This record gives sequence, structure tokens and C-alpha cells, in this order.
Amino acid sequence: MNDHLLSLVLFTPLAGLLVLLFIPSRQKELIKIWANVASFAGFLISLPLVSRFDKGASGFQFVERANWIPTLGAQYLIGIDGISLLLIMLTTVIGFIAILSSWNAVQDRLKEYYCMFLLLQVGMLGVFMSLDFFLFYVFWELVLVPMYFIIGVWGGPRKLYAAIKFFLYTLAGSVLMLLGILTLYFQYASQFGRYTFEISELMKLTLPLGLQEWVFWAFFLGFAIKVPMFPFHTWLPDAHVEAPTAGSVILASVLLKMGTYGFIRFSLPLLPKASMDQTIVEILAVLSIIGIIYGALVSLMQKDWKKLVAYSSVSHLGFCTLGIFAMNPNGLAGSVLQQINHGISTGMLFLIIGVVYERRHTREISEYGGLAHVMPKYAVIFAIAMLSSAGLPLLNGFVGEFTILQGAFEANRVWAAFAVTGVVFGAAYLLWLYQRTMLGQITNGKNLHLPDLSLREVVVFLPLIAWAIWIGVYPKPYFDILEKPVEQIVERVRPGYYGGAQAATRAGPGVGGRGPEAGGQ
Amino acid sequence: MNPFYTTTDHFVLVPAVMLALFGCAILLFDFLVFPDPRHRKYLLFFLILGEGFAGFGLWRQQANMANGAIEAFHGSLVADGFSIFFNWIFLAATVIVAIVSYKYLEIEGEHHAEYYSLMMFAQCGMFFLAAGTDLVTLFIGLELMALSFYVMVGFLRTSKRSNEAAMKYLLLGAFSSGFLAYGFSVMYGISGSTRLADVATAVSARGPFDPLVLLALATTSVGLLFKISAVPFHMWAPDAYEGAPTTVTAYLSVASKAASIAFLLRIFLGPLASAREAWEPILTFIAVATMTVGNLAAINQSNIKRLLAYSSISHAGYMLLGLIAGNATGIKGIAVYIMVYTFMNLGAFLVLVALRRKGIIGEDMDDIAGLMHKSPGYALLMLLFLLSLAGIPPTAGFLGKYYIFLSLIETHHYTLAVIGTLYVAVAIYYYFRIVRSMFARDLTEPAPLSTSLGLRVALAVSGILTLGIGLYPEPFLRLAGTSLLH
Repeated sequence: MNDHLLSLVLFTPLAGLLVLLFIPSRQKELIKIWANVASFAGFLISLPLVSRFDKGASGFQFVERANWIPTLGAQYLIGIDGISLLLIMLTTVIGFIAILSSWNAVQDRLKEYYCMFLLLQVGMLGVFMSLDFFLFYVFWELVLVPMYFIIGVWGGPRKLYAAIKFFLYTLAGSVLMLLGILTLYFQYASQFGRYTFEISELMKLTLPLGLQEWVFWAFFLGFAIKVPMFPFHTWLPDAHVEAPTAGSVILASVLLKMGTYGFIRFSLPLLPKASMDQTIVEILAVLSIIGIIYGALVSLMQKDWKKLVAYSSVSHLGFCTLGIFAMNPNGLAGSVLQQINHGISTGMLFLIIGVVYERRHTREISEYGGLAHVMPKYAVIFAIAMLSSAGLPLLNGFVGEFTILQGAFEANRVWAAFAVTGVVFGAAYLLWLYQRTMLGQITNGKNLHLPDLSLREVVVFLPLIAWAIWIGVYPKPYFDILEKPVEQIVERVRPGYYGGAQAATRAGPGVGGRGPEAGGQ
Repeated sequence: MNPFYTTTDHFVLVPAVMLALFGCAILLFDFLVFPDPRHRKYLLFFLILGEGFAGFGLWRQQANMANGAIEAFHGSLVADGFSIFFNWIFLAATVIVAIVSYKYLEIEGEHHAEYYSLMMFAQCGMFFLAAGTDLVTLFIGLELMALSFYVMVGFLRTSKRSNEAAMKYLLLGAFSSGFLAYGFSVMYGISGSTRLADVATAVSARGPFDPLVLLALATTSVGLLFKISAVPFHMWAPDAYEGAPTTVTAYLSVASKAASIAFLLRIFLGPLASAREAWEPILTFIAVATMTVGNLAAINQSNIKRLLAYSSISHAGYMLLGLIAGNATGIKGIAVYIMVYTFMNLGAFLVLVALRRKGIIGEDMDDIAGLMHKSPGYALLMLLFLLSLAGIPPTAGFLGKYYIFLSLIETHHYTLAVIGTLYVAVAIYYYFRIVRSMFARDLTEPAPLSTSLGLRVALAVSGILTLGIGLYPEPFLRLAGTSLLH
């Protein structure tokens, strides 16, 4: 099984980047073609991961291990389970689409632009593959630099402010996370007498609750800023508004998922006691719910199209973190699926903004209205994206949100009740946005002759639409892929959950749903 | 009866002998053999040849280290892993700076042979700082290094800035040397010996809070902390760094700092090791103050040399943190830190050297604007060095910080670790002001950069090492591991 497929997926964008460096900057067409070829190749190479993935197996697959820095105990150790598989596929698909969508949008410094995207791709893939904490941290930080440049060089008027804000926020979080990592690393060395960053080894640690809590908060800062959870979200609207379209797409669709993935992969399994601690769970759930409702309410108020979608991300990511901290199979599986869904639907929404921005160079919602008359294809695609984001049944968003709410309900009815309002508000701001931009009469003369989508633009959207419908209509394969890894995490955090599930059901779903097991470890 | 000068003595001393010999030879040859300015390049070859011999001596020492440290001159010099490690750093820094200086001094119009011999004399002093185990030897080494630097900082004779910088550095430096000498005399008074080992015994017999020990500690610390430009003895650094010729600034910020750190470790882990209780709280305060002042003052600088000066102050703070942790990880961390700092900081200054052209000073934020459009290679290298200075993986700078933070966690200095990490974010802010200027602003100065073969080689070496140590640090970490002081 071990034929370095995973490494191949990881380093294909890097190889593309290295070749790109040797193409002279004047050959603009060639640069564009090559960047598209490289990212499409990255997608094609990642396909066998799906076909050869064994859903029934537990643990990690496609594992590759090599010594890297023996002195530190850091290894080149990569492997995937169902959760990372989905996120990797999301990354390769969105990565290609983001690059394809930049064909006309970006005109200057093409070579650097595409280099940054390919480098970003390597970083993101590495984050989702690493099973060694040191390696993970390297990739985690590697992502910051290209994203800084994508926002800071090709962004809007306040790009420099937004770029450095993004960089500083996430960096401050991640250096504190580094201290958490080092604490675990040191604890392992003092308990087992050797240094390692391997995650499955670190899971063998037995740590007192107090220490676990400190490390948990250190990790929390790193991941929560990335997600971003309320109240660490303020960098997100700035970054989104200023970033070029493709940058926003990558940022919303993939980069934010690094945070939620971090919670699932590291916080929960490595710090099970802290993750089940009543206070911590409640704080995180409440922050998630605040994020859901606050994000939605702020979205309602936005005059800027892109800012609206940016705040909607805060709301949707709130669902994802709520699902995680519901700490049951439904919540976790729903959370991962919702991360994919958010990647698809918000990716589409940003692309949709990019389309009109390329034509009109404004994102004020009031500048638009009645676009459906001149851009019928566009209106249809926007409708699908909007409904998928709002969670209409038969589209992807519904499946994810529904499963998360199921999980939240099982954990705590009050959480679910509050979270549901987020769905309602979500539908409200999205429908209202659609109404204000697409429906009615054309009020602004500049919009009278806007051209409809070109073939390339339609091609950009098609795979995402197909994916959205697939998940909406037949989500079973996704839940199958997620079943094993989710089971492992739940078993790790709440030992005996599956054995005791009957008892919990008899006692009735409610506040006590995560009672006895929590105290039992 | 010990003979006056044994083969072992010679074996340990040989790198310093080579440096001094070739330093003098360069002076002599300059007016006897090659008076023609066009033949200056032979002097540079002489320097490299001398460094080659010194390096050979070091390499022989390293090969004979299997049986532990080699003592010489009745225990006043030693060839151990520590001294050899640091001497490699001095050697690398000297060679890199020397090959870059050639073109730079031509542009400044002050190309003289003395420059190269002063570099070698300074390096000779550094040798004694790293290898000395005797108060007198160490003090002489320090003065040899410092005197060479006073002259080099003021090497641009017609420049007011350069002269002012040299004068400030000289006055404050002499003052701090006075403190140091006083501290050493107290140490001698306590122990009746100038050997570090004897002083250590005497200090530990008296205990950390003995008034004489405290007096020795306080005065010695002032001298040492001045040299590594720790707060509150950092005032000279920004002025000296800004006024000195850029190549000298690079050399000063790297080699002089490395030598002073070696000196500091020799003293604090030697004679003063048993007084840890007394100095740990003081150094903790100083380290935090150093990081704070260095990082916060750097934010508003518009002169890049000044900015890098403040950043190098903050780096001294990080290295002090390793000493405060004090365990093997911390000391190894300092070694790794100073090694990577050498290459990344040199690299950053070398880019500034390339910006100095005829009629353009090239050290202002505006001078570097739009560098990406004009010379993408230099801009990307600068980006690499700045990322490394900030400590972002996968660059080498991350490893230095990694060890320091790890040592703090191992010794339960959590608050210090949090402070240290948060200043990384502050550092990114001011380093990225330079990046922003290079990448996001428009070109203001179209004149081409002044490059030379030496500069390109030096930049390539620094760049490859800065990235290479970050990606595959194993051999370098092992090398640093051999440098532990026991």
C-alpha cells in the first residue's frame, strides 16, 4: 500500500511551483496555463486517495514515516483518516478552482501570484496530513506567509492593514499553541524517557486535569483564532474584504478549517479530560452559539456584499465548533461534513462576488439590483449557492446543519434551541441579499449591460454545484467515511460511550446526556 | 617543572597565532609589497588564507577532542567543544563580512588594508573570549576585540555619523570595561587566583549572598550585559549600528555579540554558577526588559539599520532566557540561537550592503521600497532572513526560539515563555514593515544594486544556511550539542 501516494499529493503543488519559477515573467499565458495544469494535476493525483481509502479500517492510512530531526524526535510522518481525507479533497478541489477563477481577475505579477497559491496549497495539505506535531506546526506556519502576500499584494485598498492583522492574529495564537505543544513534548519525555512529537505516542500520556486544561487553552488560542471563534473573529472580515477573490475562496473554504481540524485532531484526542471538562465544554459551546447568532445578525446589517459573506462564515463556523463540542458522533460527523459544506457553498458565494466585482469593481449591495434580468445563468448559480449555504433540504448545507443540531440536541437542548435561530437568521440574510441584488427591476444604469457568465466561469462553478447536490441528496458515503474516525475520537474522549448509549437513550435526551461518562474517567 | 611553551599550548593557541600573524602580514604587505590600491584583492586573499590556517587548527582541535577538553597554559586557555563551536561561528562571520567589504569599502572610498587586519585582530580577541578560562586572558581578549571594533566603527573618517558612533561606543565601552575589570579584581580578591575554576570554588564556598560575591556579580554583570547590549546598557547599540559602515555593523552585531555571549556563558556558568540564586531574578528582569525595549523601540524606526539594531537587542533578550532556564536544553538553545542568528542577521545586513550605491545611502525604509520589482532575488532573500529573525518555521530562526521556549517550559518558567512568544508577534510586525516596503510599495530608486561576486557568494551562503538549517537541522543541532559547557 505504501507507494508514497500521500507525499506525491503533498508535493505536486511544490513541484509545480519550482517549475513555475523558471518560466519568465513575460510569458503570462504560459504561467497561467502551467499554474492551472499543476493544480489540476494535484487534484487528479489526490483522486486515488478516495478510491483506495478503506472505510472500514480504523486508524490512519497511507502512512509514511521517515526520520527528519532525530535530535528533536521530529519525524516526517504523514497519514490520513476519514476526516483528513475529506478535507484534503476539499483542498485539492478548491485549490484548483481558486486558481482557475483567477484567470482574468489578476493581471499583474502573475508569477508571484501563482507561486503563492501553490505554496499555500502545500501548506494546507501538509496541515491536514501531518501526524507529527512538529511537522504540523511547520506547515501551519508555512500557510501564513503566502496568505499574507495574497492579501497584501493583490488585495483591495486597505490590503496592508488587513494582511498584517491576519498575520499577527494567527501568529500570536499559534506561538501560544507552540508552548502547549512543547509542554506535551516535555511531559512525554519525562514520563517515557524519550522525545517525540508523534501524535499517537503523545496520546499515551496521562496528564493531570489541571495541566490538560492549561494546554487546552493554549491550543484553543491557536485554533480558535484560526476558525475564527467569537471573540477572535475580528481579523476575518478585514481579511476577506481586502483579499482578492481567489484568496477569499481559499481562506473561507480551506484555511479556516485548519482551526476546526486542529480541535478534532489534537485538542480532543490529546486532552480528553480537559475536552470533557464541564466548564470548558460550556464555555466553548456558548462561544460557538454566540458566534452563530452574532455572525448572522451582523450579516443582516452589512452593506458590503463580501463582508456579509465573511460574517456568515463566522456564523457557519460556529455550527462546526458547536458540533465538535457536542462531543457525540452526530455532532462530530456533522461538524466535519459542515466544514466541507461551508467550503463548497461559501467558496461559491465568494466566487459569485468575484464575478460581479470583476465587472463592476464595487461590492456595495446597493449598487446592484435586478441582475437576474441581465445575467440569468449567474442568477441560477447564485440561487443554488445561496440555498446551499442557507441549508435548504436536498442541498449540502441542510445535511450538515441538521446533523449538528441533532448532536447538539443530544448534548443539551438549550444549545440546540439557540443554534436553530442561527439557521433562521441565516436564511434571512441570504434571501434578503439575493432579493436586493438579483430580483426586482434594474435600478442602476451601469448594470444594464453586464455580460452573463462566460464558459470558463460556468466551468468554475459546475464541480461545486455538483458536489453540493451530491452531498445534499446522498450523503451516506460521507458519513461512512467519517464513521470510524469519529467513533475513535468519541471513544477516546468518552470511554464507554458506545456501550452506554442505550442507557443514555433510556434516560431521555436532555441536559444529562453527557453526564455519567464525563465523571467516569 | 612545566616548560614555558609546550606543544599542547601551541596546539590550542594555533588559531589565534594564525589570525595575529596574518593580520600583521596584511599590514606589512600593504605598504611593502602591494602599495598599489588595485592590488588590494591580494590582501583579501591573505585574509582568507589566514582564516584557512586558523580553520585547519580548529579542525585539528576538533578531531582531537575525543578525550575531552584540552587545557593549555596551566589552565588559562582551553580547547573544548564550546570554544571550537564559537570559533567556527567567528570564522564564518569574518570570512563572510570580509568578502563583502571589498566592494563596499570601494564605494565608501575608504578601502584600506587596516580594515582586514583589524577584522583579524578582532577575531583573535574573540578567540580568547571563547577559549579563555582565566580572568586576565578573557579581559585581554575582550579589549583586543573591543579596540579593533572602536576603530572599525569609525572607519569612515570623513563621515560625521561614523565618528560620532565610534566616540560613543568607545566612551561607553571603556566605562563598561572599567566595571568589568573591577568585578574581576573582586573575584581575584575572593579567590586569590585568576583561574575561573579557582574563582568558582571560592564563590561557592562563600555562598550566593555574600557581600563580596554580590559586588563581583553586580560589577561583572554590568560589563557583560553592556557587551551583549542588554537593557539598560543598550544605549550605544542603535547609534553605533547606525553610524558604523554597514559591513562593520553586520560584523559587530553578529561576531561581537556571539563572542560576548560566549564570554557571558563562561562567567555565569563558571565562577558565578553557584550564585544562581542571586543572579537569576536580576537576569530575568533584564531579559524581559531587553525583549520589551528592543521589540517596542524597533516598531517606529524608519532607518533599517536602527531597526535591526533594536531587533538585535531583543535577540539578546531571548538568549538570556536560555541562560535563565539554565538546563542543558537552554544552553544548547543559546548555541543554536547564536549560530542561526549569525547567518540570518548577517544576511539581512548584507542586503543593506547591496543597497549602498554611489550617492545612495540605502538604509532607509524608502530606499528598499519596491525592491521586489527591481531585484526579486534580493527581496526574497531579505524576506527569508526577516522571517528567520522573527522565528517563523521552516526557517532556521525557528529552531533557536524552539530550544529557548522548550528550556523555559522544562524549567517551569511559563510566564517568561508566554512573554517570549508574544514578542514574536510584535517582531513580525516591525520586520514586516520592511517586507511591506519591499513588496507592496512602488519603486522609488531605480539605480541598480551594487553587487559583487563576494556579495553574491556571501548572500547565497547565508540564505542556504538560513533555509537549510531550518529544513534539515540535524547535523547543525549535533554540532551545537557538542558545545555544552559542563
